[in-house]
Amino acid sequence: MIQNRTKDHAALAEDFIKDEKRVDWHDGALWWIRQKRDKVAKQIPEWEDLREAASLIKSNVLSNLHDYLLQFEANATKNGIKVHWAADAKEHNEIVYSILKAKEIKQMVKSKSMLTEECHLNEYLLERGIEVVNSDLGEYIQQLAKEPPSHIVLPCIHKRKEEIGELFHEHLGSEKGESDPTILTRTARKHLRDVFLTRRGALTGVNFAVAETGEFVVCTNEGNADMGAHLSDVHIASMGIEKLIPQKKHLGVFLRLLARSATGQPITIYSSHFKKPRQGQEMHIILVDHGRSRQLGRVDFRNSLKCIRCGACMNTCPVYRKSGGHSYHNTIAGPIGAILAPNLDMKKHADLPFASTLCGSCSNVCPVKIDIHDQLYKWRQVIVKEGYVAKTKTIGMKAMAWTLSSPDSYTAAGKVGRWVLKNTPFAVNNKLNPWYKQRDMPGAPKESFEEWYAKNDLKGKS
Amino acid sequence: MTIGLFIPCYINQLYPNAAIATLQLLQKLGVDIIYPPKQTCCGQPMANSGFEHLTQGCNDHFIENFSGVDYIVAPSASCVLHVKDHLHSDKNQEQANNIRGKVYELVEFLTDILKVEKLNARFPHKVGIHQGCHGLRGLNLAQMSELNAPPFSKFKHLLNMVQGLELIRLDREDECCGFGGAFCVAEEAVSVKMGKDRVADHERNGAEYITSSDLSCLMHMEGIMHRKKSPVKIVHIAEILNSSL
Amino acid sequence: MSSKEKILAAVLENQPQLTPLPDIGIFKGKDQDIVQKYSDTFTSIGGRVFLVDGIAAVKAIIIEQFDINKRIITTLPQLDDTAELYSSRVDPHTFDDVELAVIKAQLAVAENGAVWLTEQLMGQRILPYICQHLAVIVSAESFVPTMHEAYTHLGVGQYGFGAFIGGPSKTADIEQSLVMGAHGPITMTVFVLKENINGQE
Repeated sequence: MIQNRTKDHAALAEDFIKDEKRVDWHDGALWWIRQKRDKVAKQIPEWEDLREAASLIKSNVLSNLHDYLLQFEANATKNGIKVHWAADAKEHNEIVYSILKAKEIKQMVKSKSMLTEECHLNEYLLERGIEVVNSDLGEYIQQLAKEPPSHIVLPCIHKRKEEIGELFHEHLGSEKGESDPTILTRTARKHLRDVFLTRRGALTGVNFAVAETGEFVVCTNEGNADMGAHLSDVHIASMGIEKLIPQKKHLGVFLRLLARSATGQPITIYSSHFKKPRQGQEMHIILVDHGRSRQLGRVDFRNSLKCIRCGACMNTCPVYRKSGGHSYHNTIAGPIGAILAPNLDMKKHADLPFASTLCGSCSNVCPVKIDIHDQLYKWRQVIVKEGYVAKTKTIGMKAMAWTLSSPDSYTAAGKVGRWVLKNTPFAVNNKLNPWYKQRDMPGAPKESFEEWYAKNDLKGKS
Repeated sequence: MTIGLFIPCYINQLYPNAAIATLQLLQKLGVDIIYPPKQTCCGQPMANSGFEHLTQGCNDHFIENFSGVDYIVAPSASCVLHVKDHLHSDKNQEQANNIRGKVYELVEFLTDILKVEKLNARFPHKVGIHQGCHGLRGLNLAQMSELNAPPFSKFKHLLNMVQGLELIRLDREDECCGFGGAFCVAEEAVSVKMGKDRVADHERNGAEYITSSDLSCLMHMEGIMHRKKSPVKIVHIAEILNSSL
Repeated sequence: MSSKEKILAAVLENQPQLTPLPDIGIFKGKDQDIVQKYSDTFTSIGGRVFLVDGIAAVKAIIIEQFDINKRIITTLPQLDDTAELYSSRVDPHTFDDVELAVIKAQLAVAENGAVWLTEQLMGQRILPYICQHLAVIVSAESFVPTMHEAYTHLGVGQYGFGAFIGGPSKTADIEQSLVMGAHGPITMTVFVLKENINGQE
């Protein structure tokens, strides 16, 4: 399935939901991960204090980002890391390309980096004759399927093992019909090991970069970032500018929160601290803006930059669980995606803040306490003011506002509504009424409360 | 103390029994109630759809109707939350703030202000509590399952006073039902799927009735239950608490 | 204007008023039974723990548990009769056929089962990742309750590369089925040494 750019979230979600059994399975898998997160969160008495501390650390980072960026650059440079700055996706891709070209590298192995997905790096490099292999198993599977990841931590959470088996049979020569996860994983292990051993270029993401020491941390469970980086001649790390933290000791707070929030593990298996290049190796880090400084200037939305990309909000969001990551038509899906995306392209992603019931569960699981559901509400106001909502909706809302602010029109409308429900139900019980598609309309009581009150009020007050 | 009774627009029109039960229950508990007859809507449907800038009419009207009482009580958590968070006046923000400080949803009014410890109520049925999101995470009517924090529930506190009532346990205590205002039609497929899953949870665990402080949620679930001809019924919590021995 | 200047100017203009850092000194772990806690956590993750008196016991277990006909590499000179002593001068790719790597760690964290080691203890950076099985020796005195104490011990650090390693590599990308052995080692064994090993950093 190729990213569909003309359908909005509601339409894409409707497609996804058609296969109800699959939705139930997808929803159940993600809910289970949410439960795992709950279990470990409740084992740490200071959990809520940790969240608050993480949130405050990130507030400090955002309020002092200029100086922290310079501090990080100075320290990383002293360590022997070459620091680059990329204002946007295009520049980031150009920088990666120029580094590889200078070393005549035609093949690169990449560990998980949502930023490079945002920048569409793989396609850019492929067009210029450089092959990239995604080494994270989930992303590798998505690459074989020619699809983007549907979840930032669990890239192919939407795929059944039989489908993955099919892909491996087609691309890796595994047995037809093989769907045992261990056997499939071993098949990928063997194939990707060969990739690690032969690629001179490796690219990783950055989970945290420490301003105080000029080092950066990459977290994986599979060990793929390390397998790529420690065998390569060139290690490129791509980083959003908001990924900085002030001091090394702050890693204690974030590493305690990250994996627990993401998957219910106490820590990712590998938390690798890169400070200096290996002897004989070139290490580069690219600091990428791509809309982040603009979001920093949005008073209501800047806290979205605190995100540490754990995915907990997606796991808890009932809309995400039941509609799938691809229905958000954005690299980052779910609640956090919905408050980041309109900053990147308000027109394209105008529907995302509305793909929510504002239930607030996301804000409660966010390890850095981003007020996600409040931001969703605020984005709605912005999107309407900027004119990205259908004209028909605007007209309807104006009519509603007029009716509801005038007691006489409101009472009249109420009477009419009940009369229609009671006497001419076919007027609303039909295909034109989206409510009616899968739900019955509410019944029509014989009188409204205000009519009853007018007749029955014992105290005679009004 | 005088209470201004705030009856949300759709309860007024479609579920008057819940409003009547709210009024009668509060009267039984000895409070003085007035019902401003010209009230309309709090403006939430428009605000949640991004049209907060059109709600000044509703806001002014609300302020006009509900000034001069000690408390404002409504049998609807989402409407109360909206007023608490968003009531605003260009002309009289002080008055708006005053109102925001004294508007209460029914359950929290009973537990926190009236501090009810005993009810003369009987409802001999198996009941599932639907924790509406606005009431739960907005008004803190019960502990939120995501947090590492001590459990409590204002709903259970009151329902435990009702004779014969048996509370069922759900598999997912506080998952959203999918109503979400305009969401219920703008994202119809997801909305209904969410509602179906909530209904199935209650059915699976033996509920005869689903209760809530929010009739919007209940209306959505009722629509689904009627369509599948489920025997499970909805009942607003006011009607349970008002049911006499 | 270079991109660096552009970005910094935009950030400076848009960043909010300075807010202070919180005091994270309030977060402290409990020191009781931390070796046991570590052991429980690490085994629940799928690793194995052996409490041993000395290096001799380590040797015996290695010979019993692993195929010594395959390539076993170590950074500990005390084990050079059982395993091949690593070389810092060879190409890292030549470690491709290592079955078992036996190395030391600087400390271990009870709350999550992770050990910390720097490149000096790894020998070569690739070693703990490329081997099929990993064994780590850590002194019983080097256990800390939480990550906060770990970072206090580590300070700023004098390494070019350091890592927390918390178990065998794994993935659950295929239908959430947990599989041990993704791209890193398939198993991980930790030897908790009651005697102190010299030369730790």
